[in-house]
Order: sequence, then structure tokens, then C-alpha cells
Amino acid sequence: MTAADGDSLLEISDLSLEFRTYRGPIKALNGVSLNVRAGEIVGVVGESGCGKSVTMMAATRLLPEGSARITGGGIRLFGSDPMKLSERDLQHVRGRLVSTIFQEPMNALNPTRRIGEQVIEVIRRHQRLDKSAAAGKAASLLRDMLISEPERIMQSYPFELSGGMRQRVLIAMAFSCEPKLIIADEPTTALDVTVQALILSLIKQKARSTGTAVVFISHDMAVVSQLCDRLYVLYAGRVAEAGTTASVLAAPAHPYTRALIRCLPGLAPPKQLLEQIPGTLPDLLDPPAGCLFRARCREANERCVAVPPLAAIEPARRAACWRRIEETQAA
Amino acid sequence: MTEPPLLSVEDVEVRYRVTSGWFGGADVHAVNGVSFSVAEGETIGIVGESGCGKSTLGQAILGLTSVSAGSIKLRGTERDHSRRTHMQIIFQDPQSSLDPRLPVWRLITEPLHIRGGYARKELIDRATELAVSVGLRPEHVDRYPHEFSGGQRQRIAIARALAVEPALLVLDEPTSALDVSVQAQIVNLLLGLQAERKLSYVLISHDVSLVRHVADRVAVMYLGQIVEEGPALDVLDAPKHPYTRTLLDAVPSFERPLASIAARAGELPSNRTLPTGCFYRERCPWATTGCELPQLLVPADGLRAVRCHLVTGVNETAIPRLASPSASLLPNGAGT
Repeated sequence: MTAADGDSLLEISDLSLEFRTYRGPIKALNGVSLNVRAGEIVGVVGESGCGKSVTMMAATRLLPEGSARITGGGIRLFGSDPMKLSERDLQHVRGRLVSTIFQEPMNALNPTRRIGEQVIEVIRRHQRLDKSAAAGKAASLLRDMLISEPERIMQSYPFELSGGMRQRVLIAMAFSCEPKLIIADEPTTALDVTVQALILSLIKQKARSTGTAVVFISHDMAVVSQLCDRLYVLYAGRVAEAGTTASVLAAPAHPYTRALIRCLPGLAPPKQLLEQIPGTLPDLLDPPAGCLFRARCREANERCVAVPPLAAIEPARRAACWRRIEETQAA
Repeated sequence: MTEPPLLSVEDVEVRYRVTSGWFGGADVHAVNGVSFSVAEGETIGIVGESGCGKSTLGQAILGLTSVSAGSIKLRGTERDHSRRTHMQIIFQDPQSSLDPRLPVWRLITEPLHIRGGYARKELIDRATELAVSVGLRPEHVDRYPHEFSGGQRQRIAIARALAVEPALLVLDEPTSALDVSVQAQIVNLLLGLQAERKLSYVLISHDVSLVRHVADRVAVMYLGQIVEEGPALDVLDAPKHPYTRTLLDAVPSFERPLASIAARAGELPSNRTLPTGCFYRERCPWATTGCELPQLLVPADGLRAVRCHLVTGVNETAIPRLASPSASLLPNGAGT
């Protein structure tokens, strides 16, 4: 199971996915294309319901198979389709090649078992190490997370630790099997800013020093701007814009990205009204035809009734917006 | 005689008794001597991390929790009744602060319903008027909370707070549960209502950029104390207290790379037994001689007050300040 083309670890192309509900299928993803190469930190940004978590859960086949159904497109994770893997191969991919850090560190740890047992269990599941070697490795991983007394922490139960400490334990666990790719799903959203800054710098340092690729899912543009090399902006289950972090933030191409950045209070003069995005998210039970942002977009015109492709507008920069595509063609 | 400020909070302390459980019977020292005042039409922002006592302070202002010491006065009087009718609160989560079984008109006019003496028709008319003033449509008043999005529910909560025509609103993390685009709508609504109705706000938030945008003055809290207080832009653009500086460095920003604050990013000490001396001493990179004494909140420059002897040169016992080499790390601070 080696990477198929070059160093691409994860490749999602035009993925569509729906959830069955009693009101009919909810079209959560409507053509998401995304790729992650070895060693890079990629941000996936968007507001709630835009499909950022669903995309990454689909990639690791963590969605309930009864209710989630892929209706188009495909996923290549380390060169193979996760939907076609046997349970045994899937376990290997999930533990050894990819691991995930979730938002709520309390829910991701077993409350009835000591931290040490849980970290050692993960290490021994995927690596041939005896108990004491695994314990030593666990302690050194925790020390890398700036936990000063790893032995004491390993003897503790999750409830005895603060949120920031628990999240550091989970990051240590995620890196414990030396995966090629880590998916971090809003890992700092439940934490205070000073703890968040610590966690972000720990993730970044550890990922860079081990050459691990990270997909960082977040609703916070500022966090993504500090951490990620590239980013994808998702809207209503589709990629609105993709590119290097610096270029997207310096000159957002898609009207949604632009509005998302402008509505942040940090960038407007104090007391001035903030730019708001009129209207609400489209109903994903019955998404409108064409560009999904059309109803809220100031620049919409008659071309927008057709779905805009995610087209290159600059080198290493793509946007799904007819206006930008026209401008690029004209130039 | 000068007119008393709209709201004045004087030396307020709030302690909770933890009677059962693992901790035996300790006191939680949630708020430890906080004083500030709010003028008519003014917004004061209270920032700090979780557990710093900012929400408890907000509840104490409303009388939702009782104070252990100190006083809270509205226009110079301390009576509970005037507090309830002139102050209202907006909570973080509009999902749990609205009764799911009541229609919107009933929710909005709940405070008037409690006051009594209104006919049903009057209440519905008033609810419609308030709903429109917060950007809802008249037909919305017959619906139930579950039919609304988070942002719309927060609008309902705001309409309800306005029903008694309060002079002051306590906004406890009013946009934390909302997406950024919806946050912008609610912030705009709050700014508009303030201009229209001369409302005063006490804005409690961990979001520094939100507070910077909305507040005139800001108080930074740490372990139940105000460590720095002053005009919002002064404090947030040029912080002086070491904690304020750590906090602001940690705020994610488009303009700076990721802060390397690892060494300073400790956690709040326990508020069950308060530390002696400066509360921030253990985490403070500039801690030195003099920090073992209790710190006073004293004016540092112009309109700003700081609780740090390295900045202000004032200590409890007024010992002569030592010329510590680390003090020079503080800009404009120790050298005055």
C-alpha cells in the first residue's frame, strides 16, 4: 500500500455524499475535490454544515455505513479506495498511516482507564514493542508535548486532567504510530486561546520534525492562516476556493471567502458595522441548481445558474466562481 | 453633586461553597474584589479565559448569584427590584435559554407576562414590534424556537431582553455559539440597538477581537481579579500587564505567525485556595522580588489601571521598587 502517484497521500475527486433522513436525503457533499501531499499542512475551512468534517470522515470511512451513501466521485487514500478495503486493511490504514484528533478530548478518551494504559495500548496495537518499551515510548511522546511529568500523567485518569492536557495526550497518541497523515478536526475549538496557541505550536513542530502531513479542519480563518501551507474553503459541500494560505488571504478570489474574512471583527475599524453575508445556507435537502452561493452573492449573474467548476485562476490557486473564470479568460 | 454612574460595581466578591464531592467543603473564590463602573450608553468588555470569573461576575450584576462582599449599585441604589427591571442578560446558547414549548410571542413578552397587567392582544402586538426591531419578521411570532436557526434564536433572546426597556444588557458570550457570518449579523444588531436606545452593555467574552470591536473600555480578568482596565484600544493594542500580553499574543491573527508562548501557556491556578501575592506570579515570565506581595490595581497612565508593581511601581506595602533587570522587558513600564 504505497502512495500511487508521487507523494499524494489523500486524493478526493468530485466526491458527493448524502445522508438518509426521514425527510429525504441530505446532500452533505456536492462535489468536493481535495488532495494532500506528504509533509504539508492543509487547512479545511468553512462554517458549520459546509461538509468539512464529513469529507475527512468519509476519507477514513468513519461515517455510519447505513445512513451515509457516496453518490459520486471517489477517494484514494494511500493509493487505495477506503470503501473497498477489508476490515483488516482498514485497521492498518487508520492506525498506522492515518490518525485523527477530535475536538472533544474527553469523549475521545476512555474515562475508566488510566492515561498510560490507553497510550500504551495504541502503541502496542500497531508496533511490536513489549510493555516497558511501549511505556518508555509513551513517556517520551508525552514529554514532546511539553508534559513535564509524564509518569504522573500516565497514572492519572482523564477526569483528573484539564482540557488542554487531555488534548496534548491525544496528540501524543495520534503521533505515536508515526503516521504519514494526521487529521485534526477542530482540535482547539473547546480550549482557551493561550492553550490553543500551545497546542497549535506543538502540532506544527511535531508534524514538521516527523514529516507528517496534517489536515487541519477549522472554522477559524486566523488559526488556519497561522498554521497551514495551503487551504480549502468549503461552502455547502463544495470547494469554493483553494490555494496557498498566503495568496488566498491576501486576495480572496471567491466572494464567499472574501465575505468570510471581511465579517471578522478583528479587521474592521471599531464600532463600525461588520460586513455580513445576507441570507442563510441553502437547504441541502433540496439544493438549488448552479452555484450554491448564488442566492447570497453580490456578484451573481445569469451564468451562475450553471455549476462553476473549480478552475485554476492563478498558478496554485483555484476558485469555483464564474466571475473569476471569466476574468482569467479575459486576461 | 455629580450624578452616580448607571452601574457601579464595588469590591465585589463571590464565593461558592462546594459542599459535597471530592473536595470536602472548600470555597471556590470565583470573583475576588472587582470594581468598575459603566456610564449610560457605554460598553465595557470583560475578557479572560474560562474559569477567570467573568460569567459569575455577570450573573452577580444581575442578581442571579449572590455576592459575598461588596456592592452593586444601579444609579446609586442597591435595591434588587430596580436591578431586575433595568438590566437584562443575553446568554451564550440560545438553544437552552429559550423554552421550546412557548411560541415566540410568549417568549419575547415573558418578562411583561411576569410583571402582569397586560392583555394577550397587547402582548402579541408588543412582541411583534420587538421582533421587527431585532430583524425578525412579524409572522415569526407565532412559531416555536426549533423552527429557527441559531442566529435567529439569539435575535429572539435579544428581543426578550428588550421587552422591559432595560438600561443595561449583560451579554455573556453572545456570539460564541454562532458561525462567523451570523456573528457579524448579531454584532451589527447589538451596535444598532445601542445607538438607537442608548443602551449600556457589559460584554463578557473570551474573544478579544469582538471586544475590541464593540467595547469602549475593557477589563481583563485573571482568577477573579481585574488585572488591567482602561480604554479598549489602549489596553488591547498596547497591553501592559504581563497576563494581558500573554493573552493577546495567543490570540490567532492574520498579521503574525504562530506565537511561541509555550513557556507561558500554563493553566489557571486553583481558585479553591487563592495564591498569596500576585495571582499571576507562577506563570509570569517577569516574576521577581515584590511579586510575593498582593498586587494593587492602580492607575498606570491616563485612564488605564494595572495590577502589577513592575508596571505601576506600587506595591501593597509600598516597598521601594528594585531595579530588576527583567523589569526592562516591559515596555513603557518600569522605567517611569
